[in-house]
Amino acid sequence: MLTGIQGFDEITEGGLPRGRTTLVMGGPGSGKTVFALQTLALGARNFNEAGIFVAFEESARQIIGNASTFGWDLPKLVKKKLYFMDAQLTPDVVKSGEFDLIGLLTIIEAKAAQMNATRVVFDGIDVLLSLLDDATAERREIYRVREWLLRTGLTGIITQKVSDIDEDRRYSFLQFMVDCVVVLRHQVVSGSAFRTLRVMKYRGSAFGGDEFPIALTTKGMQLTHRGPTELKYKVSNERISSGLPRLDHMLRGGYYRGSNVLISGAPGTAKSTLCGLFAAAACSRGEHTLYVSFDEGADQIVRNLRSVGIQLGPYVQAGTLRMYSTRTRGPNVEDQFSALRAKVREHKPRCLIVDPLSALSTKLAHLASADAAQQFLDFLKAEEITVVNTSLMDGISTDEATATGISTIADTWIHLSYVVQDGERNRALTIVKSRGTGHSNQVRELTLTDGGVTLTDVFVAQGKVLMGVARWEWEQEEQAERKRAQIMADHKRLQLQLRQAEAAARLQIIQTEMEARAAELSVVDSAAGVASTLLKADREMLRKLRHADDEEAIGESADASRTPAGRGRRHAR
Amino acid sequence: MRAEPQRGAVAGMPANIATVPTTKADLKLRLYVAGNAPNSVRAIANARAICTEHFPSGYELEIVDLFLHPQRGMDDKILVTPTLLKLVPGPMQRLIGDLSDTQTILMTLSLE
Repeated sequence: MLTGIQGFDEITEGGLPRGRTTLVMGGPGSGKTVFALQTLALGARNFNEAGIFVAFEESARQIIGNASTFGWDLPKLVKKKLYFMDAQLTPDVVKSGEFDLIGLLTIIEAKAAQMNATRVVFDGIDVLLSLLDDATAERREIYRVREWLLRTGLTGIITQKVSDIDEDRRYSFLQFMVDCVVVLRHQVVSGSAFRTLRVMKYRGSAFGGDEFPIALTTKGMQLTHRGPTELKYKVSNERISSGLPRLDHMLRGGYYRGSNVLISGAPGTAKSTLCGLFAAAACSRGEHTLYVSFDEGADQIVRNLRSVGIQLGPYVQAGTLRMYSTRTRGPNVEDQFSALRAKVREHKPRCLIVDPLSALSTKLAHLASADAAQQFLDFLKAEEITVVNTSLMDGISTDEATATGISTIADTWIHLSYVVQDGERNRALTIVKSRGTGHSNQVRELTLTDGGVTLTDVFVAQGKVLMGVARWEWEQEEQAERKRAQIMADHKRLQLQLRQAEAAARLQIIQTEMEARAAELSVVDSAAGVASTLLKADREMLRKLRHADDEEAIGESADASRTPAGRGRRHAR
Repeated sequence: MRAEPQRGAVAGMPANIATVPTTKADLKLRLYVAGNAPNSVRAIANARAICTEHFPSGYELEIVDLFLHPQRGMDDKILVTPTLLKLVPGPMQRLIGDLSDTQTILMTLSLE
């Protein structure tokens, strides 16, 4: 018999056993009443099966009121298909001796026949039975109910409060007696609530005995089973910008459409800023975007992002961007994810930001929330929504487990960290992994200024990565070094030029000197010529005067040719 | 009505009996029973005994078998059987159980 509870009918392969008794056990607030009521309400609404709800604990009015949030339209169903029977004993009832439930069952039977009902719920029957003050008598009455159900052919659901499934032996016989046992648990792990459902027993049926996380949504109880084991998604080759050109370049073209991107890092490493950039980029492409933030109001985020030059305000006003801020504390993880799903269905975004996803999973020693996160991401993937999640990692811990195993299903994982050096903190960005895209293995420095966000190459010097002021200093130093080198080179050139000039000058001098010498030489030559001519003439003259051709005189005159003619003449005398 | 006929009436008794040895009913009771279930049979006997013994001046005891009149049980919001309603004197009082504890019953009935 189908319950109409999403997920439950699947794991039990067809719902509850028809014509039998099902026991729903659980602690306070575990959803027993919701389970039972939903089975009745949806049975009436979806399968046209009338039902009777016998309320031992709360009044029918209270129950209908409580269920009004689930949208089952109970008041309308009550007129035709549902009957609520108040079965609380007023406090002034006096008890004297033993009693039994025959009267009640008789009345219900009459009503069931009248309405042609097939489903009946006994909600909190222990409240009444505890008045018997006799375990044997209680057991007898439960047996009576079971026999009665068998005889009438009604499908029964009995809810049973237990504080601890394993310890509470008071009603353990119930588990043996009935045909189907559903255990609901409401646990609190590190302050976070988890609801789970487990089919503990189901006669004559194969069933998944695992604990399944359940959520109470606006449509009632939902069981999020892990879905089909086989993973099938449409994949896209389209790349979309991360909002930071340099990062796109590092990823060789940006994120894949429909992928999920995890940005991890310690507080204040600018995870939200990267989210903001992505949101702005998505909106500027005209894509509907949903920005989910935890523990930080939407306005605050918009303001903060404005301080680094990211303007989301106009997109919010235009309706392209929807901000959804909520508290981490409050509904349990499963419910939170259900709420997110509802938001996604409502706004139909192509890009989604969850900042931080770890808000839902930090308290997460619990498997259920990891499951919930994974299912949510699966859901997004099936919808081809690109999602950027952030995950808070506390300080030094960067091992994968911290990220709830989300890291294993993240397609692209960007890690932001602080590098503390020389008395300052600087942000460093690395791409841990990126499925299906080549990506840079380089650490980049992320700098935030009023003007925007930039990625800068980090300097590696002396085997160390230099960032921040160290990088700046290094840059300055390098610049100074370059300048020094420049000056040195200039200086050298000047010197060389000087030497060259000197050499040229020397060359000039030498040339001039050579010319001077040449001139001198020619003067000497010409003087010598004149002298010899004169000498010859003299000798002619002398010979003429002496009228001799004395060969000795010619020799003397040859000696005297280097002396002035006068002296030669004196020698000759 | 799916109630089985053989379980219907209290043994040897019409379903609706007013045991009225009285003229002025200063005690008016209604006892809901379920056929001849042991509790119910005992409750009828106990009720009668108490009435006869402690209210000789006059009482009215109506016995309703839910197998035969489930609608009346619904109207009176009966949950368990046996249930004894004290109708007069007011306010209405409910007693559940087989009425074996005479002391408690007397205390409840003679409040005036």
